[in-house]
Amino acid sequence: MATIHPKLSDELSQTVVSSTKSVKIKIKRSNPNVNSEQKFDEFVVPIEKWTTVLDVLLDVKSHLDHSVGVRYSCRQASCGSCGMKINGKPGLACFTKISELDSDTVTVEPMDNYPVVRDLAVNMDRMINNHKKVMPYVIREDSEIDAESGIREFLQSPENVDKYIQFSSCIKCGLCNSACPTMAMDKTFVGPQALAQAYRYIADDRDKGKNKRLKVIDESHGIWRCHFAGSCSQVCPKGVDPAMGIQLLRGYLLGIRD
Amino acid sequence: MERETGAREGLKGWLNPSKIGKFGIERLAWLLMRLTGLGLLAYFIGHIYETSHILDGKAVWDKSLEMTQTTEGHLFLALVIGMCVFHTGNGIRLMIAQMGYGVGKAERPDYPYKPQSINMKGKACIYATLGMAALAMWYGMAVMFA
Ligand code: HEM
Ligand code: SF4
Ligand code: FES
Repeated sequence: MATIHPKLSDELSQTVVSSTKSVKIKIKRSNPNVNSEQKFDEFVVPIEKWTTVLDVLLDVKSHLDHSVGVRYSCRQASCGSCGMKINGKPGLACFTKISELDSDTVTVEPMDNYPVVRDLAVNMDRMINNHKKVMPYVIREDSEIDAESGIREFLQSPENVDKYIQFSSCIKCGLCNSACPTMAMDKTFVGPQALAQAYRYIADDRDKGKNKRLKVIDESHGIWRCHFAGSCSQVCPKGVDPAMGIQLLRGYLLGIRD
Repeated sequence: MERETGAREGLKGWLNPSKIGKFGIERLAWLLMRLTGLGLLAYFIGHIYETSHILDGKAVWDKSLEMTQTTEGHLFLALVIGMCVFHTGNGIRLMIAQMGYGVGKAERPDYPYKPQSINMKGKACIYATLGMAALAMWYGMAVMFA
């Protein structure tokens, strides 16, 4: 019976033979659960024009060192798992091609402002908690499914969708929080990710929970800690532009903008 | 063992010059805003202390004025002028932006995404503010060293 899947060894030989270029990857290694040691391991891996940083890491894992700790899933900038510092700047490993980095050596480190789990994987609990804290859902007293009134869903006009659609692209990769200078000093800052999501629901005219949500962010480690360095928006891979959302939200809180 | 959920990079996240290279002129403006704010605060306190010498008579007052009549004193005052101009100019830009003006309008994003809040208007303001601060320092020094 013919096998549908190529054997792993076939795939391996293909990768190597077709490559003429290679890259040196420096991976920051640490395992805080065991000890405080931190070091960089270097590997040389063949690359193509389309090879991503994640491809390189998986190549290292398959052939050179199985123990490299990296979190990933979708490989297409959708799941938000593979955020890391690539040559010093936060980015998605699966969405960053080696060729666009324009350097022979690529250094990958875990994202700043998150506790390291192991190697490149960080603990994102706090960001997820802050995300939940801003109540990232449409808040209503009435139900979407109401037999009596015949309402089946809360209607929304295309114009109103435009007011928040950009913020709903967030994949919770956390790159923005790791780029943010306020986050670098204030562990309890709610962060650009959650603030952008607060704006996403506040700008949604189906939502009736604005005041509840504003109460969460209008506090001492909330929205006023943003000083508009704009670094969150520089690194966001999905065009969310958290810095814009935050400033618009401030205008709304101040009663200047609607 | 309780899992650590918070971590921070610390002062390195503020002062490391590579951050400015990676995150652009807006990050530099942000850092200078903090530094000039603190610098001005320190100057303000020092200034109150210095001018309080007026209560101690003319001799003490004249003596304290002499502190800034030296080359170092002139350079220090030039720095204060620069800090004042940058902090004020950038402060006005920030107040406008932080009220939600000039940061763009939400829309359906299209690849390749360009954040609207990081725009040429903002950059031009930052460069103009830096230029005005430099000009004011230069003028101040021309007067003081004349
Ligand atoms: C007309 C003059 C001034 C304007 C328009 C101005 C404006 C501002 C603004 C908008 C901020 C917030 C910046 C942010 O959100 O990051 C700020 C911060 C600050 N200002 Fe001023 N300011 C002025 C004068 C002064 C003076 C004279 C002092 C000192 C005595 C001072 C000390 C500070 C300090 C310590 C900060 C905190 C630093 C920071 O948040 O980055 N400012 N200023
Ligand atoms: S706002 Fe952008 S950078 Fe921040 S978590 Fe969402 S997708 Fe990632
Ligand atoms: S692996 Fe899903 S975003 Fe990179």
